[in-house]
Amino acid sequence: MSSIAATSPVRRRATLALLGACALLALAGAGLAGSVAVPLADLPRAFASLLAGSPDGMAATLLDLRLGRASSAFVTGASLALAGVMMQALVRNPLADPYVLGVSAGAAVGALAALLFGAALWLVDGGALLGAVAVSLLLYLLARRDLGGGRGGAPGGESSVLLLTGVVLASACMALVTLMLSVAPESRLRGMVFWMIGDLAGTSWRLLPWLVLAGALLLARRQARALNVMALHADAAVTLGVNVAALRRFLFVCSGLLTACAVTTGGSIGFVGLVVPHACRHAFGPDHRILLPGAALAGGAFLVLADTLARTVLAPQQLPVGVLTSLIGVPVFLFQLHQLHLRPR
Amino acid sequence: MIETHQLTLRAGARLLVERLNWRAAAGECWCVIGPNGAGKSTLLRTLAGLRAPDGGSVSLAGKPLAQWPLPALARERAWLAQSRGDAFAYRVIETVLMARHPYHADRYWEGSDDHAAAEAALRTLDVLHLAQRDVRTLSGGERQRVAIAALLAQDTPLLLLDEPANALDLAHQVAMTDLLARLCRDEGRAVVSVGHDLNQAWSGATHALLLHGDGQWRAGPVREVMRAELLGACLGHPISVIEHGGRTIFLPAAPAALNELPFRRAQ
Repeated sequence: MSSIAATSPVRRRATLALLGACALLALAGAGLAGSVAVPLADLPRAFASLLAGSPDGMAATLLDLRLGRASSAFVTGASLALAGVMMQALVRNPLADPYVLGVSAGAAVGALAALLFGAALWLVDGGALLGAVAVSLLLYLLARRDLGGGRGGAPGGESSVLLLTGVVLASACMALVTLMLSVAPESRLRGMVFWMIGDLAGTSWRLLPWLVLAGALLLARRQARALNVMALHADAAVTLGVNVAALRRFLFVCSGLLTACAVTTGGSIGFVGLVVPHACRHAFGPDHRILLPGAALAGGAFLVLADTLARTVLAPQQLPVGVLTSLIGVPVFLFQLHQLHLRPR
Repeated sequence: MIETHQLTLRAGARLLVERLNWRAAAGECWCVIGPNGAGKSTLLRTLAGLRAPDGGSVSLAGKPLAQWPLPALARERAWLAQSRGDAFAYRVIETVLMARHPYHADRYWEGSDDHAAAEAALRTLDVLHLAQRDVRTLSGGERQRVAIAALLAQDTPLLLLDEPANALDLAHQVAMTDLLARLCRDEGRAVVSVGHDLNQAWSGATHALLLHGDGQWRAGPVREVMRAELLGACLGHPISVIEHGGRTIFLPAAPAALNELPFRRAQ
């Protein structure tokens, strides 16, 4: 192999294995930690009864509850991080994120509207998807001019237009959410507030988000090299044989779907799609062939960890995990925004 | 190799090129010359298939561009953009390896043949020592050479370059002209490049295409087209051609009156 090889195959596998181990560790930690500790010795028996489908005994019940919540956290975090990576490649801006650009808020509006009209549960998911895709489509139309790249314009200017557009869309969506909350019946208010903050309390096993995540990850992996080309060349990726229009449509639908699933599971949890891809790029570079699976694993582990912290740090009081991620995310966002402007060109 | 038939280009309501019938064959090195806004980049983008013609057609190897599948087309022609904006911290070697994309739709990672091609291209452009650098930290000229290295790694019979000498220092400009001439002469490729330096065009190109910017054009071997009166009419400023020590040198003529200059005229 030549001396200038990009990344060795061994290192790539080691990276993903390490991230997988971290994710498992985070899940195990989430199962053990809490106001009532589960003794390590009880773990095998509890697991066995859990797998048998009939959790009996204190440890098994606790494990069932906590792992259910942790699995929701994992799939939500992984979906958000993956959606973040996709949106960043799509608009060629490392600051893009489903929460910052208002896609999460759009999903919340859709879901709340469905709830308000008393729709069936599957319609709530549909509403969230519709809201998420509508906002990302609107964003695409408004920011389309800047997508082309290669025009040599100041990147700071492009970022500002796009980010401002997203932030304004997000606040418009939040206004709609507030409107719906204020006309909603008192009894359902408490349950609906969750859409604004992002909270994983009271979630349990759900199959759908896992299916969406697995499908999106598989499809995205097939496009990983094309994603690299588009992230580098924008429209000019066409000259390297990438069908840019089709790839963009795929990314819009896919990131919208992932965000919608994440929002119907845990409300609009902020900044996961920003912080995790940023950290992953910093650690493993911007190659999407590693970044896509890497960010999904890291995002899952990150949110499991954050949620475990959120329910233990002020126990017995439980914090909504969205508060915690925002507290971490805002400084990272500001730091990155300033990096974009300071970069020598 | 590439051929236009009755090609018409417009920018908004403005007519740039009218009924261009032109072809570049293998081994020919074309230079596109014209004033600002004459449609040089527009023509190149149209030839690359990035933009549909406003009239007429472009065909590559006898087949209209629109009928080519994108990956197959990417193995036939490469295009160098006038400028680049880098949003992510890709390393130089990664950007060059990405140019190998059209060659393996079914491979997830590049193979050693791709690394060999990338390394050779970087060495040709004298940027091998930058291989591990973040592209965003390069100077303008270094970034330009890396972009051209990527073009070489794409390994296509037809190269379309929009101002390849942009931001290059004098030594690298000369080396670049020589490189393009060699690609045509020794490897039988076809090159179409946009440039503003008439002397580099003369020493490197075999053919020239003059665009006036009002629909008029003139194409042919450099000896027929790069004549003082034709260049002067095209560029809107008289050009003097001087023979010196066996070399031909193009110079903008000294303005007879200062108010002939474009900036003066505008006032």
